[in-house]
Amino acid sequence: MSNFIGDWHALLVLLLAGVLPNEIWRVLGLVFGGSIDEGSELLVWVRATATAILAGVIAQILVFPPGVLASVPDVVRYGATLLGFVAFVATRQSILAGVLCGEAVLLAGKWWLG
Amino acid sequence: MRLPALDSPKWHSTWASFGFGFLAVGSSILGLVLFATYVGIGALAHNAGFSLGWALASTLFVWAGPAQIILISTLGAGATIVQAGVAVTLSAIRLFPMVVAILPMLRGPRTPLRKLVLPAHFIAVTMWIESFRLLPRVPRESRIAFANGLGSGLVSVCLFATAFGYELAANLPDLLAAGILLLTPLAFLFSTARNSKQLVDRVALVAGLALFPIVSQLHTGVDLLISGVVAGTLAYGVHRWRRLQ
Repeated sequence: MSNFIGDWHALLVLLLAGVLPNEIWRVLGLVFGGSIDEGSELLVWVRATATAILAGVIAQILVFPPGVLASVPDVVRYGATLLGFVAFVATRQSILAGVLCGEAVLLAGKWWLG
Repeated sequence: MRLPALDSPKWHSTWASFGFGFLAVGSSILGLVLFATYVGIGALAHNAGFSLGWALASTLFVWAGPAQIILISTLGAGATIVQAGVAVTLSAIRLFPMVVAILPMLRGPRTPLRKLVLPAHFIAVTMWIESFRLLPRVPRESRIAFANGLGSGLVSVCLFATAFGYELAANLPDLLAAGILLLTPLAFLFSTARNSKQLVDRVALVAGLALFPIVSQLHTGVDLLISGVVAGTLAYGVHRWRRLQ
């Protein structure tokens, strides 16, 4: 059981750095929801910044890959993402087609190049 | 899945309404993408050295894919609680307008706030999209039970996916484990691209992707925040400039 939970300090970190800073915005939406204009300029900036942070996370995983993904040559990782994107666009934005194509390129590329 | 007609007596039972919501997850194409994303999150958590219980707790209590990935990757890279918390909270601001937009669909004239706490917790991008698709086909007085069912169904699928990805990353040969770790960036890249209908969102996506590798050379510990805020503000500037034209 202790293996399943790990150490309690990590759960405290999850609460303080993950659960609370995330949940606060749902609670604020619940409490102040009635008085916010959905099309306000501030929300446009907020949405753009949230999108850019998420884009940064995507770039982070691709450029500084975690774990065994780091053993895949750079050219294969970038190629898989690029060809996946081409498949996504070519299929009138099917997320599934993009993911499957990217994965196929990654597996084939790592298979050939090591 | 076909929902009963709006005036069907089947909606009179709270548990039946909950059940219709829970089963509606099976009709969600987005559920498949969500599943892939959470398999990736489970794998990332394993790679960063977190326990399976920690990974499941993050899915249950954070319940926002981007926030979980930011949390796992920043903590895994040695960030402090404050640095990780600020990055998570910035990514979570987008939940605010989602909750604001969904509540009027759930709320009746005399709905107490406490009944909305659980549905509000379930709101994240998939729940948000599926609520707009499904809630109009549910009678208003049954919508909270339906939304709780839908949310519970999505969370259940993702808890399973988290554990599945965690175990796969632990036991698969390197080739396949690398494929699992690539699921998350691919799924998020394409779903974000698809949700970016307006110019401001597209500029934010492209600028965010391009800027992070440059900013990361500075090794500030808050590279993600700097690149995100700069790229987001740049995109907002383009949006303002276009409006002035």
